[in-house]
Amino acid sequence: MATLAVSGERKNYLNAEYGIRSWLFTTDHKRIALLYLLSITAFFFIGGFAALLIRLELLTPAGDLLSADAYNKAFTMHGQVMVFFFLIPSIPAVLGNFLIPMMVGAKDLAFPRINLISWYIYIIAGILYIHCLVTGGVDTGWTFYPTFSTEFSNTKVIEAGLAIFVSGFSSILTGLNFVVTVHRMRAPGMTWSRLPLFVWSHYATSIIMLLGTPVIAITLVLVVLERALNLGIFDPTRGGDPVLFQHLFWFYSHPAVYIMILPSMAVISEIVPCFSRKRVFGYNFVAMSSIAIAAIGFLVWAHHMFVAGISLYSAIVFSFLSFLVAVPSAVKVFNWTATLYKGSISFSTPMLYAFGFIGLFTIGGLTGLFLASLGTDVHIHDTYFVIAHFHYVMVGGAVMGYLGGMHFWWPKISGRMYPEGWGRLAALIVFIGFNLTFFPQFILGYLGMPRRYWQYPPEYQVLNVLSTAGATILAVGYLLPMVYLLWSLRYGKPAPDNPWQATGLEWQTSSPPPTFNFDETPIVTQEAYEYENMPLPEEVTLER
Amino acid sequence: MSDSPIVMEHAEHEARPELRHHFADVEQQRNAASLGMWWFLGTEIMFFGGMFCAYLIYRRWYFEEFAAASRSLSLGIGTFNTTVLICSSLTVAMSVRAAQLGNRKLQVKMLLLTLVFGLSFIGIKGIEWHKKYTEHHIPTFDYNVISGEGSLVKGNEHLLGIDKVENDPVKLRERKVEIQQHTKIFYSLYFALTGMHAIHMIVGVGIFICITWMAHKGRFTPEYHTPLEIAGLYWHFVDIVWIYLFPLLYLIDRKPIS
Ligand code: HEM
Ligand SMILES: [Cu+2]
Repeated sequence: MATLAVSGERKNYLNAEYGIRSWLFTTDHKRIALLYLLSITAFFFIGGFAALLIRLELLTPAGDLLSADAYNKAFTMHGQVMVFFFLIPSIPAVLGNFLIPMMVGAKDLAFPRINLISWYIYIIAGILYIHCLVTGGVDTGWTFYPTFSTEFSNTKVIEAGLAIFVSGFSSILTGLNFVVTVHRMRAPGMTWSRLPLFVWSHYATSIIMLLGTPVIAITLVLVVLERALNLGIFDPTRGGDPVLFQHLFWFYSHPAVYIMILPSMAVISEIVPCFSRKRVFGYNFVAMSSIAIAAIGFLVWAHHMFVAGISLYSAIVFSFLSFLVAVPSAVKVFNWTATLYKGSISFSTPMLYAFGFIGLFTIGGLTGLFLASLGTDVHIHDTYFVIAHFHYVMVGGAVMGYLGGMHFWWPKISGRMYPEGWGRLAALIVFIGFNLTFFPQFILGYLGMPRRYWQYPPEYQVLNVLSTAGATILAVGYLLPMVYLLWSLRYGKPAPDNPWQATGLEWQTSSPPPTFNFDETPIVTQEAYEYENMPLPEEVTLER
Repeated sequence: MSDSPIVMEHAEHEARPELRHHFADVEQQRNAASLGMWWFLGTEIMFFGGMFCAYLIYRRWYFEEFAAASRSLSLGIGTFNTTVLICSSLTVAMSVRAAQLGNRKLQVKMLLLTLVFGLSFIGIKGIEWHKKYTEHHIPTFDYNVISGEGSLVKGNEHLLGIDKVENDPVKLRERKVEIQQHTKIFYSLYFALTGMHAIHMIVGVGIFICITWMAHKGRFTPEYHTPLEIAGLYWHFVDIVWIYLFPLLYLIDRKPIS
C-alpha cells in the first residue's frame, strides 16, 4: 500500500498503474471520475457547438444561416446534450464520484464495479445519441412532447429516446452508489451531523435520481412504443391524452432541475466557509434544505403546464407549491451570505465562482417565482423569459458551481496548482459573458419573443445581437480554463496536500490521493467546518 | 497494539475471501448490498408506477371498454400463472433458509425448482400472448375487437352500451370506433405492463441461473449467502408486481358465473 512507497516517488491513484487497460477496467472511484470528466467535456463541446449555431442564426431577424428544420434540430440537440449528457452527470459523476468516498472517510464507493458499469452505460448512451445525430438528428425539443414526437416528426425520435433511456440507468446507478455509501461507508466518528454539506446535497440529489429517473425511463419507453407501433395512448383523436405525457415527463424533469442545481449548491457550501474562514452559518438548516428541496421538488411539476389545459384548481395548488419550493433555496442563499458576514474573505478563483453563483442563482430563482404565478406565466410562458430563467439557474448556477468546484479541488485531483491570475480572469469573463448573453433574453421574452423560432421581427434584433456577442465572450471564458488547467498538469506548481487549509477529510490525504484514499482509516472527532483560528496560508492571503 | 481496529481489519480480510477490499467487515458489506437492493427496488416501483398511473387514469375514463377487454383475458391461465409465481417465491425463500442451515442439497433443489417455476411462467405467458395474437388483440397487428374471432362486442353489448344505440346506425358506428380505440389503449398498457414484467422475469431467471451455479459450487454458507438473499429480494419484488398486475388486468369486471 501507499505507505510502503515512501522512498522514491509516492504512489498515488494516477501513477499506481499505467496503460489504457488500467483506466478502462479501473474500479477506483477517482479514476472513474476522470473518465467521466473527459466524456462530459466532449459532450459539452457538442452541446456548445449547437449553441453556437443557435446564436449565429439569431444574429439576424431573417432565417438565413439555418433552415427552420435545421434550427429545430440544433436547439433539440443543444438541450438534450446539455441536460442529459452534460449537466446531469457533471458535478455528481465527476466531483461527487471523486470526493464523496474521501469526504466520508471510505476507501471507495460501496459498489466500485457498478460505478464503472455506470460509466460504460453512459458511454453506450452517448454513442447511441451521437449515432442519432449523425444519421439525421431530432427536432422535438428536449421535451419530446407528443403528438409531434409520436406522429408528426420525421426525425430520429426513437433513437434519441432510447439513448436518453439508457443514459438514465447510468444516473440511477450513480445515485444508488452515493446513497448506500453515505449510509454504510462512513468512517468511525463521521456522524450524520458531521458530514460535509457537499455530502448532504449529493445525498438529496441521489434520492431524486433514484425516484425520478425511472419515471422518465418508462415515459420514453411509452413514447417509443407509441411511435413505433402507432398505439394512440397519447393521441387525443384516438382517446389518448397528450397531457398525461406532460405530467409524466415533468414529474421527472422538474426534479431533474434539482439534480442539476443541488450538486452545485453542494460545491458552494464547501467553498464559501473555506474562503471566509468561518463555520458555515446554520449547518442544520443548509443540510435540511437540501432534503426539503428534494421532497418538495417532486410536488411542483405541473407549473410547466399552466397553459396546457390543466384545471384551475390544480394550477392554483401547483403555483402555491412552486412558491414553497423556493423557500429552502432561499434558506441556502441567506445562510451562505450570513457565513460571509464578518468572515475573513479572500477573492480566490473558486470564491469568485461562488459569488457568481449566489448572485445569478438568486436572479434565476426569483424569476422562477414570476413564472410560478399563474397570471404572469400566461404572458411569458414559452418565451425567451423562460429561456433566460433556466439559463440563469442552469448555466449561471450549475455550471458556475461546477467550474468553481473544479478549481477548488483541482490541486487534489491533479496534484498541481492552476495559475491563480488566469483563473480569476476567466471567472470574470464568464460572469460578464453570461450576463450579456442571458439578461437581454429576459427583456426579449417580456416583450413577447417566443422560444424555438429561427426568425423574428426586426425590432428584436438589438437585444439578440447583444446576446450573441455575450455568448462569444462566454465561450472564451469557458475555453480559458480548459487551456490553463491542461497547461497546469505539466507546468503548474506541485500542490501541497491542503493548499486552502480546508477542513474536509479529502484535504488530509495527499495530493493526489493514494488509490485507497487514506493510508489509515481516519477517525473523525470534529464537526465540519472548524475554520475558526485556522488562517489561510500566506500564498493565498497575500494575493488578496 | 495487536487488537487495534486496523490490525483486526486485516485479519478479517484474510479470513473471509468474499470480503471486498474497501469494506471494513462482512457485516458492512452485507448491509451495503441489501440497502442497495432495497433502493433499487424503490426505483423499480417508480418505473412501474408511471405505467400504473397511466392505467388508472384510462381505466377511470374508459371503464366499460377496459372491463370488456379484461374479460377477454383467460382467467384460468392467469390464476394458474399467479399460483406458479407464488410457488416460485416460496422456493426462493426455502433456498435462503437452506443456505442459513447449511444444507447445500436442499438449496440447489429449491433453486432448480425456482427456475422451473420461473420458466413455466414465462412460457405460459407466451402462450397467452400468442392467443391474443390469433384473436387480433395485439395493437397494430391487424387489431380488431369489433368483428371476427376476437370480437369483444359479442356478449358485452350491455356493458359497452351497444344495446342503447343499436337502432341508430350512425351512433352505432361511432360507438364501435370508440370501442376499437379505447380497448386498444387497454391492450397497449396490458402488453407494456406484462411485457416489462416478463423482461424482469427473464432477467431474474438469468440471475438465478448464476445463483444456482454458485450454490452448486458450495459458495453459500450459513455465514455468507448475501448474493442469494439479494437475488431473492429481486425475485420477490417481481412476484409482487404480478400480484398487482393480475387483479388490475384480469379482474376488472368479471361476469358472475351464470
Ligand atoms: C426557485 C425555484 C424555481 C421555481 C419556482 C421555478 C419555476 C419555473 C416555472 C414556473 C417554469 C415554467 C415556465 C413556463 O414554461 O412557462 C420553469 C421553467 C424551467 N425551469 Fe424553473 N423554477 C425554479 C428553479 C429552477 C432551477 C433551480 C432550475 C435548474 C437548475 C430550473 C430550470 C428550469 C427549466 C429547464 C425550465 C424550462 C423547461 C422547458 O420548458 O424547457 N428552474 N421554472
Ligand atoms: Cu419546474
